[in-house]
Parts: sequence; C-alpha cells; structure tokens
Amino acid sequence: MLELKNITAGYGHFTALWDVQLRVARGEAVAVVGPNGAGKTTLMRVISGLIPSRAGELVFEGESLAGRPAHDIVAHGIAHVPEGRRIFPALTVGDNLRMGAFLPAARQAFPESSARVYDLFPALAERQRQRAGSLSGGEQQMLAIGRALMSRPKLILLDEPSMGLAPVMVLRLFDLIRRIREEGYTILVVEQNVRQVLKLVDRAYLLEVGRIKMEGRAHELAEQDFVRKAYVGL
Amino acid sequence: MIDPIFLAEAAINGLLLGGVLALLALGLNLIFGVIDIVWIAYVDLVMLAMYAVYFLVMVYGWPIWLAGLAAIGVGALLGIGVHVLIISPILGSAPVNQLLATGGLLFFLQSFATFLWTTDHRSVRLALPVLEVAGIFVSFARLIAFVIAILAMIGLYLFLTRTYIGTAIRAVAQDREAMALMGADPRRVYLVTSAVGGAMAGLAAALLSIQYSVHPYFGAAFGPITFMICVLGGLGNMVGAFVASFIMSEIISIGGVTWSTEMGYVIAFALFIVMMFVRPGGILTKRE
Amino acid sequence: MTPGRLAALALLAALAAAPFVPMAGMRQYVLHVTIQIFIWSFIGGAWSLMGRFGLVSLGHGAFLGLGAYAATLLWNFYGLTPWVGGLVAVALTVGFALVVAYPCSRFRILGHYFALVTLAVGEVVRLLIIAERDWTGGSLGLTLRPARTDASLLAIQYADKRVFYYASLVVWLLGLWVWTLLDRSMARAAMEAIGEDETAAASVGIHVTRFKLGITALSAALTALGGVLYAQYFTYVNPDTLAGIGVSLRIVFAVVLGGMYSLLGPTVGTALTIALSEYLRVIFGVKFIGMAETIYGLLLVLFIIFLPSGIYGSARGLLRRRRTLEASATA
Repeated sequence: MLELKNITAGYGHFTALWDVQLRVARGEAVAVVGPNGAGKTTLMRVISGLIPSRAGELVFEGESLAGRPAHDIVAHGIAHVPEGRRIFPALTVGDNLRMGAFLPAARQAFPESSARVYDLFPALAERQRQRAGSLSGGEQQMLAIGRALMSRPKLILLDEPSMGLAPVMVLRLFDLIRRIREEGYTILVVEQNVRQVLKLVDRAYLLEVGRIKMEGRAHELAEQDFVRKAYVGL
Repeated sequence: MIDPIFLAEAAINGLLLGGVLALLALGLNLIFGVIDIVWIAYVDLVMLAMYAVYFLVMVYGWPIWLAGLAAIGVGALLGIGVHVLIISPILGSAPVNQLLATGGLLFFLQSFATFLWTTDHRSVRLALPVLEVAGIFVSFARLIAFVIAILAMIGLYLFLTRTYIGTAIRAVAQDREAMALMGADPRRVYLVTSAVGGAMAGLAAALLSIQYSVHPYFGAAFGPITFMICVLGGLGNMVGAFVASFIMSEIISIGGVTWSTEMGYVIAFALFIVMMFVRPGGILTKRE
Repeated sequence: MTPGRLAALALLAALAAAPFVPMAGMRQYVLHVTIQIFIWSFIGGAWSLMGRFGLVSLGHGAFLGLGAYAATLLWNFYGLTPWVGGLVAVALTVGFALVVAYPCSRFRILGHYFALVTLAVGEVVRLLIIAERDWTGGSLGLTLRPARTDASLLAIQYADKRVFYYASLVVWLLGLWVWTLLDRSMARAAMEAIGEDETAAASVGIHVTRFKLGITALSAALTALGGVLYAQYFTYVNPDTLAGIGVSLRIVFAVVLGGMYSLLGPTVGTALTIALSEYLRVIFGVKFIGMAETIYGLLLVLFIIFLPSGIYGSARGLLRRRRTLEASATA
C-alpha cells in the first residue's frame, strides 16, 4: 500500500533521514521505533508532505506522491496525527471534527463519520460544544485521532500518540488504537513506548540516526535485544 | 470648564467613530491572525476604495448605496491583488522584509494617488440631516455608518463561526500546519482571508466617504490609529481589537474637544505606548 | 595599498575638490543636491545601526524631529548657539530614546510589535509638534531666526553652500566611521546574537538590555545630529518632513533600497532616491507631482521581493561570490 524507496530528507543543511526503505501493506499495523532524534517525526512529516524529500520514491497505492503538498496527500487517503496532537484549541470539539472533514468528499460523509467517531470516543460526544483546549491530554489525543478519521483515510500515521499521557491513559489509548485497527484501517505508528507498541503492531522498524537499522515481525523483535536497543539507542 | 453637552456629544461621536475604526481593525487583525503579516498599507486600500466611491457617485452619478457595494468589491479585489502580487512571493522571507514590502506599497499607493488625483480633498456631497436629541447634535451620516459597521461585524462573526471556510480561517490562525493536514490548501485560505479583509476595507471606505473627504494621505491619517488599536487589543485578537477601537475613539473624541484634535491623538498614542509596557499581549490578556 | 582603499581615497579627493570644479552656473544646484544626499545618508546610516540587528524602527522621525526642533527652538527663543543647542538637542533625544527603549527591551517588544510601537512614537512627536503650535508654528513649520551676518559661525548660518557641503561631508564620514567601528567591535557579534535569538544570547551571558539600549542611544544621537544639521542648512523645519510616519518610512526605504547590511548601502540608496526624484522633477517639473515617489515606491516593493539585501548589498554579494569562485578555481 505504502512504499518508501531510498528516501533522504532533512532541514536546511541538516540531513535527518538517509536512504530509508519502508513498506506498509494494506490492513497492516507497522511501528517505527528508535531513540530520540532518530528521525522518526521527520519520517512521518515526509510521508504526509509537510516536508519535501530530497531524493527517493514515495509510492502510495501505485501512485507516486513525492513532492506533493500536504493538503494533496490527505486527499489521497493518508491522515497524519501529528506529534503533540495539534488540535485547534480555540475551536469547539465539534468544529475540530468538522475541520477534519474539510475535503469535499469527507464533508458529504460528515454525519456518518462523526457518528462513528463519537461512538469510538464517547467522551468527545459529551464535550461537543466545549473548546478543545479545555480537554484533558488524553481527550485531546482522542480528538486528534478522531479528527484524522474524519477525512476517511486508508492509512493513518500516528506520531507519538502516548506522549505526555498518564500510564492509565496510555493503556486506554492503545486499546482504542487496537479497535481502530480492527475496523480495517492501516496504521503506521511512531512510538517511544516500545513494549506497548510491539503488542499492537504486526511488524516494526528500528530507526537510528536517520537510517533503518533493523526490521522484523513484532513478536520476534520483542524477544530480541531490539527493545533494549530502541530505548538506549546503541 | 467644558460644557457637559459638548462632552456628551463628543462621547457619542467617539462611539460612532469607534464602530468604523473597529471594522478596520478587525479586517487588519483577521489578515494578521491568519497570514502573520501586518499590512502597513491596509488603510491605503481604504483610500483607493474611497476614491472609487467618489468617482462613481460624483462622476458617474451612481446612487451612494450602489457605489458602497461596488467599494466592497473593489476592496476585495485589492485585497486579492495585494496578496497575490506582494505577500505570497515573500511569505517565507524575514518579518522585516514583509513589513517593509507592505510599507513600500503604502508609499507607492500614496504617491500614485497624488500623481493621478493631486492632493485635493474630494468629498461625496450628500445632503444628510443632523439629528438633535436633548440638545445634542448627532450627524445622521455617522449614525448610519455606525449601524452598518456593527451589522457588518455581526456578519463577520457569523461568517467566522458558522461557515466551513470561516471556521477553517480561524483554524489556520491557530495552527497553519495542522490545517494543511486536514486537506486545506493554505494558499486558498490566505486568498479568501485577503479577499474578506479587503472587502472590509472597502466597506469601511464606503462608510468613511459619507463622513470625510478623501485625499492621498488619508491612509497616513487613519493608518497609525488602526495599528495601535490592533496591537492594543492584541494582534490577531478580534474581541480585543473591538474593545480597543472604542477606547481609542473615545479618547480621541473627548480629548479632541477638551484640548485639540492633535492632543486627542497624542493622548491615545501615549496610552497605547504605556499599555504596551503594562500588557504587551493586549488589553484582554492576563499578565504572566 | 589595496585597490579598494585607493578607490576610496580617490573618491574622497574628488569629493573634497568638487565645490571648486567649474560647473557653469550649476554649482549651487549640484551642491544643494549633494548636501541633501550627505545628510540623509548619514541619517539612514544611523537608522541602519539598529535595523541591521533586527530592531526595525518605523519611528526615527521622532529622533530627527526632536533634534531639529530642539536646536531651532533654543536658538529662536533663547539665542542659544546651535553649537550648544545641538548638543542639548542630541542629549534630549538620547534621553527620550532611552525612555522608550528601556521598556521595549525590558518587556521584549520585538518584530512587528517593535515596528508598530516605534511608529506610534514617531506619530506622537509629530502630533505634539503640531499641537504646540504656539511656539512650534504647528503644521506650518518654523523658520530659523536669521543671524545678523551672511556668515555666522556662532549661529552656524552661512549663505555660501560650500560651508555646508564640507560640514555635511564631514558628518557623513563620521557616520561611516561609527558604522565601521561598530562593525569591527565585539558589540556587533553580541547584537547579532541578540537579533537572532534573545533568550539564547542572554543564556551565554550577553547583557541584552545594555546592548540594545546602547545601540538605540547611538542611533538616536546620530539621527538627532542629522536633524540639527538639516535645520541649520535649510533654516526651516516642518513636522511633516521631520517627524511622523512619512519621513520615518522614507529613511527606512532609502536604506533598504541600498542595503542595510553594508557600509555604503544607505548612501547608495539615499543617493539613488534623491537623484531619481530630482531627475523626475527636472524632467516633468511640477506637472507630475508624485511621479518620482510612485516609481520609488514601486522600486521598493520590487526590491524587497527580488533583491532583499538591496542594490549595493546584492552587487557586493555577487562580486564576493565570484571572487571566491575564482579563488577556488585557481586553488
């Protein structure tokens, strides 16, 4: 479904990703793990078009998306839940979801999409008219995911969904992501919480200083010293 | 001691002026909030639209209301033009250059207007009555301008809260990048914002042209006070700008009858400078 | 001796000799234009001391107006010689600048906010001059009380333009000297760091407020001095030409046109704008009032979009790049 071939990218003179190869098949859940500063967020931003890649191929469902702007990539069916949630704090919860369905096709399907999101996250339904900035961290993360679902994507990119959440909340969040998975969405997730995320995904990549260092099935990797590596970053 | 009737009259005139100033301040603030650039030449667009009203009414004999509607269109087109020709090429430049580019535009428009139309003051001659209520004289033109300005602001409020694109404009002002991730092309949102901001300048022009005569330096006369209002209210803060408009217009008006017109402005600007130090984020923000 | 230095010396010699070159009756006019270029270049240079470090002031008219009016009023009402009056005017302006700059720095008013606050300051000075019309003459302006003779050292009033030519040349050179001193000093590195990121600068031990106040005081002092010189030469001051948003923007634009990061940028920009407006004035006479400024405004916008470091700055950058290319090719 998604294939990255020899992707190189960075900011200014700094190169954050070198020759990255990555593949996500339809219906799969894939994790990218690695220490801080490994380039995980850059990778997500390249896929969603927020930063251009310098070299390499980015193919989604047989179509090359390299060099397309972010708003165009969403229209192709990739939704990005950015690091730090990035909800619109001064807008109501309902308006945040409305913005998620900005694309014309998504806007038409607004009633059913929003019903489904409220079904997944009942807490959001209660707070529809509340300003999004007044929600708790966990609720904000749910809103960010719900907002991404509103565009009716095929692939969801989740960047550090558990960041800054209380441990209890993290468990609940992973449960919810599992439910979204079961609904048939394809997921690519970047996480610091390696132990948890390996229980959730099928496969995982280890990214270190901008390069893919290891790749494998989640349950195999969980048994290797992969986890330790991801944490310590050796 | 000044006659209390004069003071009451000044207070009412201040209130009426505040309505139109608020329209200008909201337009400028809307653009700043979304695009992050202060259009130094904003009030010069108003000047151009005022000339449009003048010529449509005095030369082509259009009725004032139709010329006013045309001014809104002219303003929207000017807003789009400024965005496409000047702002979008320098979106990524240093803020200094962005500021100076729109400042250069101010210079250009001012001199071009002088070149085309000389420095003569031109006014739309309308026979509008002056109302008298309990010894206080109120110009009907000002009253009409105030009412229309308030209605327009209500319209803007509804546009920004009830429509899809309006909500998107507010969303972009909060997080430009996140809105791109929702599938909104920022360039399109900028364009719509510039058109709306320009249309507000056009409407303000129509409302100002029934009260003041137009000349090439009109922008220089009303520009500084508009910037001060925006900063006083907090750049990008719409409610703040609305409140600040009335504070400033009352000071100018009451200061004007108490001392002199210039002193009214001096006090308003001095208050602005002091407020910047007391509350740098605008009057409605709490201090850290 | 480097070719650059040689060229500078030759230019200086030419400038020094210029008033004695026969110009067939054009001398007065040429001198008049050149004096204006010197004075406005000096003022532009003073502005760029702040501008190049990101302190974009749109209110330098305040300093200019204060300087010019203070010296003129002291002479007109108290007969105080401009030698002393000028110093008082500069001191007054510096004091005023510090009063504004301290809170600006203290409350970290930067970027757009700084530009708008300074713009307000410029307007306050202009409006105050107009409001105090009893002694300032309001918007009609004020004429310097003439001295008893045609050439008075005490009053700094001379009918002979050559005196002002040399005076303004010296002042212009003083401006360049100050610019160079600052450019080579430690203060420059500190100011650049502050311009980039104040918090980072403070964290490496740079005293942010002290440097900002220092540079503002210097810039204001030189601007006020330019104002005093202007008043002495023209013997007439007017709030619209010396204070407020109009003149403030003019100063900024001439500098931006030339390039605010280079020594001669302000001079090149000022010379170009004055030459352009004089040329158009001569060609069209008073028929096309505003034409010069229209072209000038258009050029400005185009420059900022396409050549953000100005004419002189861009030309020098190009030259330097070619030199390094040649150097690397030969190496």
